[in-house]
This record gives sequence, structure tokens and C-alpha cells, in this order.
Amino acid sequence: MLKKITTVASVVLLSALTACGSGGGGGDTGSSGGTITMGFAQVGAESGWRTANTKSIQDEAKTAGIELKFSDAQQKQENQIKAIRSYIQQKVSVIAFSPVVETGWDTVLLEAKRANIPVILTDRSIDSDDTSLYKTFLGSDFVEEGRKAGDWLVANASGPTSVVELQGTTGAAPAIDRKTGFEEKIAAKPDIKVVASQSGDFTRSGGKQVMEAFLKSQPKIDVVYAHNDDMGLGAIEAIKAAGKVPGKDIKIITVDAVKDGMQALANGEINFIVECNPLLGKQLMDLAKKVVAGEQVPERVVTVEGTFTQEQAKAALPQRQY
Amino acid sequence: MKNKLLWPLLALVALLLLNLIVTPSFFALRMQDGHLYGGLVDVLKNGAPTLLIALGMTLVIATRGIDLSVGAVAAIAGAVTCVHIGTSGSASTAFAGMAIALVLCAVLGLWNGFLVAGLGIQPIIATLVLMTAGRGVAMLVTEGQIVTVNNTAYRQVGAGFVVLPVSILIALLVLGLVAFVTRRTALGMLIEAVGVNPEASRLAGVRSRTIIWTVYVFAAVCAGIAGLMISSNVSAADANNAGLWIEMDAILAVVIGGTSLAGGRYSLTGTLLGALIIQTLTTTVYTIGVAPEVTLVFKAIVVIAVCLVQAPKARAALSFRKVAVS
Repeated sequence: MLKKITTVASVVLLSALTACGSGGGGGDTGSSGGTITMGFAQVGAESGWRTANTKSIQDEAKTAGIELKFSDAQQKQENQIKAIRSYIQQKVSVIAFSPVVETGWDTVLLEAKRANIPVILTDRSIDSDDTSLYKTFLGSDFVEEGRKAGDWLVANASGPTSVVELQGTTGAAPAIDRKTGFEEKIAAKPDIKVVASQSGDFTRSGGKQVMEAFLKSQPKIDVVYAHNDDMGLGAIEAIKAAGKVPGKDIKIITVDAVKDGMQALANGEINFIVECNPLLGKQLMDLAKKVVAGEQVPERVVTVEGTFTQEQAKAALPQRQY
Repeated sequence: MKNKLLWPLLALVALLLLNLIVTPSFFALRMQDGHLYGGLVDVLKNGAPTLLIALGMTLVIATRGIDLSVGAVAAIAGAVTCVHIGTSGSASTAFAGMAIALVLCAVLGLWNGFLVAGLGIQPIIATLVLMTAGRGVAMLVTEGQIVTVNNTAYRQVGAGFVVLPVSILIALLVLGLVAFVTRRTALGMLIEAVGVNPEASRLAGVRSRTIIWTVYVFAAVCAGIAGLMISSNVSAADANNAGLWIEMDAILAVVIGGTSLAGGRYSLTGTLLGALIIQTLTTTVYTIGVAPEVTLVFKAIVVIAVCLVQAPKARAALSFRKVAVS
């Protein structure tokens, strides 16, 4: 115990000294022999999306010649905090992590700041008044994803169009933002109306059950807008059971582009998918190099994301990693 | 007995009427590809898993116990079956997968029974173990991913139809069996006796332990079948979300149906009504378009109202007024 305390104390002391000395440069922080070490604290492995995210980071670190120390928090904040503390002790050159939850990070990030280790947030942001705690946030812009979905509908809808919306978990950032972005764009065309909107909790069974009810209560449905692929896949099942053809009688727009969703898109059952890209490894490594070299980076970096039509899905499917 | 079921029945009718007023076509039924199609059919189909789990829960509660692990057991059943099926489309693989899953569920039920009847741990604590750990097991089986299958035979369990949804037919069959076995034999009375006073019934010659053990195994198997329905309905196993909080719905269904959590007397018809009320409530939310932000409040108000009118004091007040008027 005493030994542990002394180690921590000396780490803090040492890094405080380097902090005073290095000033603008900072290129020599911690790591030995010029190679960059990155400590990455992942959320967990709860979905195919997340697994692809992890793989991308591990592969790109290898390519970029960055030594990666990886930990899996199994969806628990305390595990992530422990991992970050151990990275601080190991004097890595940069720490990156996807926060499990939005709040409660100030203390541990302050420790990293005092140790002069830059922090990069990926995929999810934190809720803190002190923006100096991290260098940059790399992740998707959920509002933009909603806008892309709205744009496609505005471009492809003709005449009066009734839309039903399958929202994500009530109160979740992606659900709120994807709704906002979509509504913003379809406002341009008064013919397009969202006639019903309910939460399907981001799950297949949720999407199916809500869609079943919509099919009975709404006299006319032209388009389904689902906040993720899974709910869209559930809606497809419900539409089939109603004797209608998904993708033709009722058009479907979803967000994410996971494998099952892309397969359905290629089969013509979904009409358009907005990508929410987990493959942010390359962008993360570039940012890490810049941050360690002491270069200025923007506070918010948006991941490169595309959209898929049915033809594009057919072409992209064989190389799809997740 | 009749009187006790009157209020849940009225609540169900009121909910259905609300749907009819908002959506006049709610009761409309038509044949679609050889099966019935309509709002009421949805209520039956989606309510089947809750009904099944509530049936198992009724017997457990009648012995003065409770089983919190049913949701996790349901997730395990779906996960095991889908992983076993994999990419296979053959019916025999599907049936083998389901059989393995149900046997496993029975073993999990034995574990619960062992903790409760064997070691004498309080049911709420004993089953809490599996509630938390079980979902982890399901995650382990699926490696944390959503496993999608494409198997026509497996689809039938949750999404298939023989005029009516297969799932509700299975649930009603189990209901019929339970009613027959517990009401036509002395078993029902023995279960109630154990619930009223386990020690006294043991002294009277009832094998309390065996009975408690049996109801936990039965509850777990019911949960397993429900898990198969949930996963088959969307042809995928989602270890994170399948059967999440369904134990609460099931307990609620039992309570709405008039079975006391203190054990003893139980009502299977009441449980059927309770499960239907809960599913109708969910469907109502979607049909009449309650905003997602207020959904939980809406549900809470209905549930509180149903429970209140069943409270002895409230009932006494209501009947007093009736007498006074007439």
C-alpha cells in the first residue's frame, strides 16, 4: 500500500516537473524511445457496432506504429476510472476513451491533466463545465445523421407522405438528436408529415411491436424512419405480417449500417441507411499524434460517415467488417 | 371469487373501449395470408410471453415465494437456441436447440429451488442471484452480440400462425394444463397450504420442499418457453434486452389478478386477465399515441387505479355508496 502511494506520488511529482519544463513542446511526455503509447478504455463489447469499433482502433494503432494499451470496462464506469488511473501510473503519452456515462469524470480527468497526459474522447461525450479536461472529442454527429435521413426523404418523396417514426430509448442523446435533425430537414416540404412517433427502445422486438400497432391505428403509412437498424428490422417483420412489402409499399429509412441492416438494404427491404461509423481508428491515431506533438486540434472532430442506397449496399456488403 | 375478478375485467374492457373510441378500426379483424390480422390479435400474440411467465409466477407466489430470475432465464433460452441454430435452416436443429434450452432452464429452476427449498434462503434474494448472473450467462453465450437466425421452423414459435398466433395457443395450452393439474387434483390445494403456512403443512404431511422445488422448476420452464417466443418473434437473440423487466410485468399481472403476494389463494383466471391488461396497456400507448415521455406516467396511473379499486377499503367504500344510493 505504502509502495503504491509512493509510486503515485512520484508519478504526480515527476509529471508536474515535466509540465513545468516542457512548455509548448510536450513531445517527450512519458513514453520511452519516441514511440507513442496510447491507453484506451473501451465501454465494453455490447454490440456488433462496438466490436467493430474496438477492432478498428486496435488495427489502426498497429498501422500507425502506436503502442496500444487496451482495457474493456464491461459497461461500468468504475472499471473505466480504474483503467484510466492505471494508464496515468504507466505514464502513457495519450489517453483515449468512450465514456460509459456522461457525468462523474472530473476527478480522474483532473488527475490526467495534472500528470500532463492529454485525453481524447471518442464516440460519446462527457458532461462537464471544464472543457480543459480533454483535448478533443471524436465522434458522430447524431443531428447530422438525422439531417441526412431527412434530406433523402425530401429528395425522394413525391406528393403527400405520411411518416411514422420509431424513436430510440427516450432521453438518449442519439434518439433526441436524430429526431431533431430529421424534423429540421423535412420541415422544408410541408407534404411530409410525421403522423406517429413512439419509442422502440433501440431493440428489434420494440420496433416490431410499435410498428404492429402503427399499422392498425394509422390509415396510411408511406415511410418508416427508425433511429437504428434493429428497430427497422423489427418493423420489416411487422410490415410483412400485415401483407405489405417492406421497401416498396412502405419505404424504410434507418441509421447505423450494421451488417444485418446492410443485408436487408441489399435485399431491397430497407431503402436508405445513414451510416454511424464505428471505424474511427485512423482518425483517432492521427489526432493522437497531433495532440502528443503539441499541435492544436479542434475541440470537436466529426467521424467520416456516409450514406447507403440499395445499390451501394450491394457493392459494400462483401467488404463490410461489422 | 367472481366479485374479485370483476374489477380487473372492467379495467380490461375500459382499456379496450378507449382504443375503440380513438381508433374505430381497432376491433377490425380480417384474414391475411391465412391467419387472423388485427389489433386484438397483436394483443394476444405480444401478451403470450408475459402470460406464460405470469403463470409460473402465480404458483411461485402462491407458495409465498417470488422469482425475479425469469427475465434472465428467458434471455438464456433465446440465446442458447439461436447460437445452436446458427446459420442452419433445418427444423430438426431448431427443435434440438429449443429442447437443449428448455432442459437448461429446468436446471436453472432446480438451482432456484435448491436455494429456496434446500438452503432456506429468502426467495427474493435467492432468485436475485440468477437475475443478475443469468443475463451475464446469456451475454457469454452470444458473446455479447445480437445473434440473427433464419430458420422457418423456429420462427413459428413466436411469429407463426395457425389462424391464431402460435404463441398464444401455446400459452393457453399451458394455462389449461396448469388449471387441470392444480384444480382437478389436490396439488392446487397443497400449493396453497404451503403458501399459507409451510411448517404447518409439513407437519400435516405435505411435502413442502418438493412442492416449492417443483413450482420454481415450472416457473423457469415457463420463462424458457417465453424466451423462445420473444427471440423467435424477431428471429434473433438479444441477450441485453430480451425479457428485460418482464419479471416486473409478470408479478404485476399476478397481483392485478388478485393473487396476494403473501401467498396462499391464487387465481389463474385473474393472472390471465392481468397479463391481458398489461399488454393491452402497452398496445394502447402505441395506438392512441401517448408521447414517449409520458408513457411511463400513463401506465403508472392505470396500474395504480386498477390496484386501488381492488383494495378492500376502496371496495368497501364503493359498495357502501352503491347501497346508500339504492
